[in-house]
Amino acid sequence: MTQKLDTLGAWLLGLLWILPLAYAVWAAFHPPAYATRFDLQAPLTLENFSRAWHAAPFPRYFLNTFFLVTMVLAAQLVLSTLAGYAFARFEFRGRDLVFMLVLLQLMIMPDVLLVENYRSMSWLGVRDTIFAVGLPYFASAFGIFLLRQTFKTVPRELEEAARVEGAGPLQILWKVYVPLAKPIYVAYGLVSVSHHWNNFLWPLIITNSVESRPLTVGLQVFSATDQGIDWSVITAATLLSAAPLLIGFLLFQRQFVQSFMRAGIR
Amino acid sequence: MNKSMQAVYGWLLLLPAIVLLAAFTHYPALSTLWHSFFSTPRGSRPAHFVGLENYALMRDDPVFWQALWNNLWFALGTIPASIVIALIMALWVNRSLAGRGFLRMAYFTPTVLPMVAVANIWLFFYTPQYGLIAQVLHAFGIPGTNWLGSRDTALPALMLVTIWKEAGFFMIFYLAALQTVSPSLREAALLEGASRWQYFRRVLWPLLMPTTLFVLVNALINAFRLVDHVVVMTRGGPDNASTLLLYYIYQVGFSFWDTSYAATLTVVLLLILSITALVKFRWLDRKTHYQ
Repeated sequence: MTQKLDTLGAWLLGLLWILPLAYAVWAAFHPPAYATRFDLQAPLTLENFSRAWHAAPFPRYFLNTFFLVTMVLAAQLVLSTLAGYAFARFEFRGRDLVFMLVLLQLMIMPDVLLVENYRSMSWLGVRDTIFAVGLPYFASAFGIFLLRQTFKTVPRELEEAARVEGAGPLQILWKVYVPLAKPIYVAYGLVSVSHHWNNFLWPLIITNSVESRPLTVGLQVFSATDQGIDWSVITAATLLSAAPLLIGFLLFQRQFVQSFMRAGIR
Repeated sequence: MNKSMQAVYGWLLLLPAIVLLAAFTHYPALSTLWHSFFSTPRGSRPAHFVGLENYALMRDDPVFWQALWNNLWFALGTIPASIVIALIMALWVNRSLAGRGFLRMAYFTPTVLPMVAVANIWLFFYTPQYGLIAQVLHAFGIPGTNWLGSRDTALPALMLVTIWKEAGFFMIFYLAALQTVSPSLREAALLEGASRWQYFRRVLWPLLMPTTLFVLVNALINAFRLVDHVVVMTRGGPDNASTLLLYYIYQVGFSFWDTSYAATLTVVLLLILSITALVKFRWLDRKTHYQ
């Protein structure tokens, strides 16, 4: 009996939770006349997608976002690996203090330091570039922390074995530590990509042209100015901009959930 | 490797990350404080030292107080609700209910969608007259209101979107914690004649405490960090009824271009986040471990 009640409750909540997405799919795949009228006989169409695709420079926005998340992830992986290795395996004065300063970024993220970072970007002369959108996120406290924890669990014997064969610190890092941390890299990568794919406020401020705008900002500019209240086109554009992540999530659901779990337990 | 070589290698490995971290986190946090004591440069007049003038301005600025209160209400309204829902979701999904795979997907999907995108969809839900909520209410003969357009409902409407977006994310952490709980605990408790509620209250809830604290801190940071939905759905309106602190900073800094005042407001935000950080490091990390 309670099992049945639980199942019922769980499904009601599940349907409620999926409703916004379900509605977006409905409105995007039907003609505008049915955007607010729910009729099972309504004809299906891809018209809204092609209208959205041609109404704004979405291909360019896609390219920008793709470039942005790749750049950020690459920088984060390299920098976090080096720093995580230093924190996990090297002894030197001031290490713990620096580590605390690094952890501070978990609380005070670049997301809230808009005015000053804008000033810095102007000073560097890189305002309105994709580089400027990514730059504040290159050094990630979260990534450094995650890799430090992982590297610490690697048995010292493995390192000794490599050292006996004459490997230097960087070779040891590359040959011993990095391969063993592979699942953590995957987990961190998924979390990072979905975070920066979805990031909005900082790119909104620092970009000002089609050439540098990521998808989220492009979507906002598009739905706020061009379309009035054409819900069909707006939902189509919305689905387009979320599609790569959404499809990736549906295909690799287990990995996504496990990655967020792994990255979250600290 | 001897000691000094260790130090050289250590610092060299840290260098690139530290430089960037200092440049875009520590330096701006300090320069915010510095700039809050100066005037905003305008035209030919450069910035000059004004002492606490910006802070006096802030004290007398009703919009600042409104944004601060809104933000506290926003945190108070979203955090407990999303934690409770997340916990219930995790308890359900952790059991062998019919359609567990679908349920987990449904709960978690909002997390991977961009806030800007889902805010656009919710915008339609809230639209008066032909929005989804209005249509459902109309079917039951209840008159709807302009959810985002009236002072009383704009902020709660934003809270609802936030709860919906975050609950599935927090569920993951509870799910991870629940999977480490041995099933024999449950059997033992039920054997002793404990009811489900007692088992939850006396066994599960204490075991989940570190997770709850962790989620709490994350939720608190997010409540002050995420304003994407404000930008898309209400722009702080009507009449500043739904403005949040970071959104107000964004407005002051990038619509009114009053950078000094924006810096002053940012100092308040940093103060709130620092208190959170302090609580976390002093209180939380005794239970979870950073070693």
